[in-house]
Amino acid sequence: MTTAKLGEAVRRIEDDRLITGRGKYVDDVKLAGMLHLALVRSPHAHATIKNIDVSAAAAVPGVETVFTGADLQEQMGSLPAGWVLEDMVAPDHPPIAFEKVRVVGDAVAAVVADSAAAAADAAQLVDVTYDVLPAVVDAEKATQSGAPQLHEDAKNNVAFNWDVHGGDYSEAAKSAEVVVKQRIINQRLIPNPMETRGVVADYDIGSDHLTVYSSTQIPHLMRLLFSLVTGHPEHKLRVIAPDVGGGFGCKLYLYAEEIIAGIIAKNLGRPIKWTEGRQENYVATTHGRDHIADVEICGNKDGTITGLKAHIYANLGAYLSTFAPGIPTVLFGLMLSGQYKIPNISCDVTGVFTNTTPVDAYRGAGRPEATYLVERMVDRFAQEIGRDPVVVRRKNFLAPFKNGKEVATGVNYDSGNYRGVLNKALEIFDVKEFRDQQRAARREGKLLGVGFSTYIEICGMAPSAVAAALGAGAGLWESSTVRVHPTGKVTVLTGTSPHGQGHETSFAQIVSSTLGVPMEDVDVLHGDTDRQQFGTGTFGSRSLAVGGQALMMSLRKVMDKATKIAAHELDADPKMVQFADGVFRLEDIPEKELPFGDVALAAHSAVNLPPRMEPGLEETSFFDPENFTWPFGAHICVVEIDEATGETKVAKYVAVDDIGNVINPMIVDGMVHGGIAQGIGQALQEGAVYDDDGQLLTGSMLDYAVPTAEDVPSFITDRTVTPTKVNELGAKGAGEAGTIASSPAVINAVVDALKHLGVNHIDMPLRSESVWRTIQDAKEAQRAKRSAARKGS
Amino acid sequence: MVTMTSAPFEYEKPESVAEASRLLSKYGGNGKLLAGGHSLVPLMKLRLASPDALIDLSGINDLKGIKSTANGLSIGSMTTYHELESSSDVQSGAPLLADAASQVADTQVRNFGTIGGAVSHSDPASDLPPVVLALDATMVTGSQRSGREIPADRFFKDFLTTALRPNEVLVRIDIPKLPANTGTAYVKMANKASHYALVGVAAVITLGAGGVCERARVALTGAGPHAVRARRAERILEGKVLAGNVIRNASKRVGAELDGMFNEDVHASAEYREAMTQVYAERAITAAVANAG
Amino acid sequence: MPTTINVTVNGTTRTDTVDERLLLVQYLREVHSLTGTHIGCDTSSCGACTVHLDGKSVKSCTVFAVQADGSEVTTVEGLASNGTVHPVQAAFKEKHGLQCGFCTPGMIMTSVELLERNPDPSEEEIRSGIRGNLCRCTGYHNIVQAVKFAAMESK
Repeated sequence: MTTAKLGEAVRRIEDDRLITGRGKYVDDVKLAGMLHLALVRSPHAHATIKNIDVSAAAAVPGVETVFTGADLQEQMGSLPAGWVLEDMVAPDHPPIAFEKVRVVGDAVAAVVADSAAAAADAAQLVDVTYDVLPAVVDAEKATQSGAPQLHEDAKNNVAFNWDVHGGDYSEAAKSAEVVVKQRIINQRLIPNPMETRGVVADYDIGSDHLTVYSSTQIPHLMRLLFSLVTGHPEHKLRVIAPDVGGGFGCKLYLYAEEIIAGIIAKNLGRPIKWTEGRQENYVATTHGRDHIADVEICGNKDGTITGLKAHIYANLGAYLSTFAPGIPTVLFGLMLSGQYKIPNISCDVTGVFTNTTPVDAYRGAGRPEATYLVERMVDRFAQEIGRDPVVVRRKNFLAPFKNGKEVATGVNYDSGNYRGVLNKALEIFDVKEFRDQQRAARREGKLLGVGFSTYIEICGMAPSAVAAALGAGAGLWESSTVRVHPTGKVTVLTGTSPHGQGHETSFAQIVSSTLGVPMEDVDVLHGDTDRQQFGTGTFGSRSLAVGGQALMMSLRKVMDKATKIAAHELDADPKMVQFADGVFRLEDIPEKELPFGDVALAAHSAVNLPPRMEPGLEETSFFDPENFTWPFGAHICVVEIDEATGETKVAKYVAVDDIGNVINPMIVDGMVHGGIAQGIGQALQEGAVYDDDGQLLTGSMLDYAVPTAEDVPSFITDRTVTPTKVNELGAKGAGEAGTIASSPAVINAVVDALKHLGVNHIDMPLRSESVWRTIQDAKEAQRAKRSAARKGS
Repeated sequence: MVTMTSAPFEYEKPESVAEASRLLSKYGGNGKLLAGGHSLVPLMKLRLASPDALIDLSGINDLKGIKSTANGLSIGSMTTYHELESSSDVQSGAPLLADAASQVADTQVRNFGTIGGAVSHSDPASDLPPVVLALDATMVTGSQRSGREIPADRFFKDFLTTALRPNEVLVRIDIPKLPANTGTAYVKMANKASHYALVGVAAVITLGAGGVCERARVALTGAGPHAVRARRAERILEGKVLAGNVIRNASKRVGAELDGMFNEDVHASAEYREAMTQVYAERAITAAVANAG
Repeated sequence: MPTTINVTVNGTTRTDTVDERLLLVQYLREVHSLTGTHIGCDTSSCGACTVHLDGKSVKSCTVFAVQADGSEVTTVEGLASNGTVHPVQAAFKEKHGLQCGFCTPGMIMTSVELLERNPDPSEEEIRSGIRGNLCRCTGYHNIVQAVKFAAMESK
């Protein structure tokens, strides 16, 4: 029986079931009479469907039925883009393609059978005749004349053009002493949560209730979108997100399979299960990043940065996924000032359709792309003017602020102390000592480099009116209910929907510390639209900053009411009642006390309540933040490069983050670790590669290198604390920081290791071959230069 | 999209090599031998292989066990990677094999994947084929009637193709005792996703009086359609004192047998594989020389 | 032709008639409702399905159930004894070696075997020992800590 405090590393409540194999994920759901769904998917990236013959498949023993897109089209509608930009083209996206396929993996038929094996057997026998069309996979090439056209209404495959401008970049460039230009590729990534997606749909004909279990981050939004698209009434639709095995953004949408399984369950009156295979996941679940950026940075030789300009081709894939338009625009372009005072910023983004898997949020979502670009260009600029990257960063940092700071992109940071966080990182990591090691190592033919990344991110999604003005199609507030039972036990309902973040623990910690009840007396329920009031889900490092505040508000209401009841019971003025350690006491008569549990019972027995007070002790709150939160930090990475092979290893990693106040440091550290590993993965080894025909060459875990334990080091983490005023917890959000910061830290370190060879940029991922080639080319260039110099002299 | 579910098949579990061979004949090319299954089963789940029958070799005692004799080691084809890496006989008699086995894939795969399965599959990026080549191993087979002894350097024929006949079962792998003053090494650049070798080089070097290389065996995996001996490099090494420049010159000829046809895929270009073959060859030979002490 | 097999699962001997193509992981999950063993990929890469087969860790997606005939299988559900979780399970909780929990059962099974074979592993040995198990949440940092902690606790 222990109460928890804020800031305490409380061990997780979730773990007891997860370490014993008693978690419940979608694929663990088994319902009576359940049928299994297998989807026949297009092997072509771009083709018209001439004919679909399902007869052989339908004849397989155990097969219930086979549907094509044409069979279900009327009932399923089109998958929506939930983020709408001005003049955006949002083409139809049928859950089952019926005229044309636009990406390898487009579903073309749905096989339903009494076993997964029979469904798989039959899926092999669906005979689809395609007329194959030329494909395009590169966003820049897709905009050029003569490129294959994906959608009739999207001319040159352009979905939208978006821009943000602050100051006057062209003037700044004209008067700058130095202008540095660089093309930067931010490669496409496959999110790879360890649990693939899955759906179980269960329809009750009598009540017209449809229940959809889905491995999703957004049960309520999914229910809303499902209802809007299919017409199934929202109040008769229940979405359950049970234990979810990771998301990282890719479970943040309404997906075709959710609709297909739901509609087939309605048609057949039997539960339907679909479990995504991993290779299926690689084509059917959204990807992340995929930017081609042409960037300029300008400034003066003293290190002052005066402007930044970028044009981005953002590859959106074949269709617009739910949040896709918001990621490379709002969550990217508005971030381009980083931690710096850059008076002139200009950003244009061209969103482009290609014959590839749709691209949407992936851990960080827009912010890693922005941070990579800014942090890379700051280093590039420092190198160009021959100055230390730390010195250049310090020179351009915004001065510490507590009450908001507007930057050239028009956004208003909440609070920041960028020098402070970098100073702390430099206390942990001795740069001077490293430079000595680096020189010594180079003499022995070993290449070492150090890279810095001083990043900012935007979290706490989101002030709804601001988000709506930027294109969001739904409010992004959050909700909570605190239900105190007569025995004093507490149930919390949250509209956030965790998938590894440990809300059951950190939210219980907030309750325990506020109400003084033991941790084990608090149950945090999430992920069931029939249980919880509407909420927005878990993404954008928002759960604590927005959902936590909604919880605080309900707790305050509960405490207000409980205090009144206690005062009434103790026959005193509520102002005289104090609360500590779970007990109400009178200030002047400390022996008169009433435990919280007794108040809970009094609230429910309702025998002696203050006049006109309603019985019960349950409160619900909805919180819409007035601003985003803006965490920041400074990461330092050391790499070792094998000069002969290009093999590159992260040898040391220091992360100092400022995410405001921390509820559970153990959980925060864990998220930072995971984020760093994903960012290192992007920097060194991950990358989705398509051939020109639109075939995914990295189509399985044998070819797409998710980092293993051997690919990353242990991390050194620390924090500074600059609370936000956006919520009363002072918490900013921690889920994405590691990923946002780490890729540029790694690449900057590699460039640092190679700069004596004249290298100033290298694109991710740093597969050993590309590092090796960079070294070879640089040495060749140096030789050519030397020989030219000899000839000249 | 089909994953996880193989096409239906018959399951056979013979108790003798002759019976396994008879079953191979019975299914006429549509029966597949199942050893550890760690190459075959994934292919079946993706329906890249759909045999009519699986013939599980795990019930045949003749295929099991590691025996140490005066002439060397005799290793049953069903010996797992884990047994190889943890066997004191292998560690002392063929440290190259123990070391290479410890570099294969991961713990779980090494617990069940077998040497016989690995060499019979002849995956172009597998770790053990170059090792049996460099160790001058003999592949001993059995069938319904009789067996054969196939030298390792006549065993690997092509991409996923060996000298095994359709009804033949690999029974054991005989590894001759290494001469005195012999050093060995296997080094590889692993594919970060699959842990297979982008390139891997095994070297066995015997030094004679005055540090002269009496005998050299170098073999390469990952670079071409199947593992190959680097005979040209061996000839450069043999008869010489192995100074750095000799090793470097020899390393440049490792892979010459591929006639410039290095593998190329999304992980590495042919040019890079060729360059890395030379780097890793130099490292393998250098390490083997150091071990020969 | 379905085949009859006898498998001792977490100490209890089961006789079942199964399709030859049923994978061991499917057998555990579907026939015996032992859903703690997860399926994370289809290429024997991720290790989420790791169980012990006759005491050795194996990716149960790469073994057919018929191959386990006559064998003993231990899953994560069978690790606890007398209601007390295994020290490795306890260490994963203590050191926050899990987040979403999906890789966790497999990761724990591999770690248990790792410590049986090497009771005092170095960080490098731990990282090498679990490279067949992918985790996307923890960055492995706290998994390594958990295995070290379990090793220390078992001393």
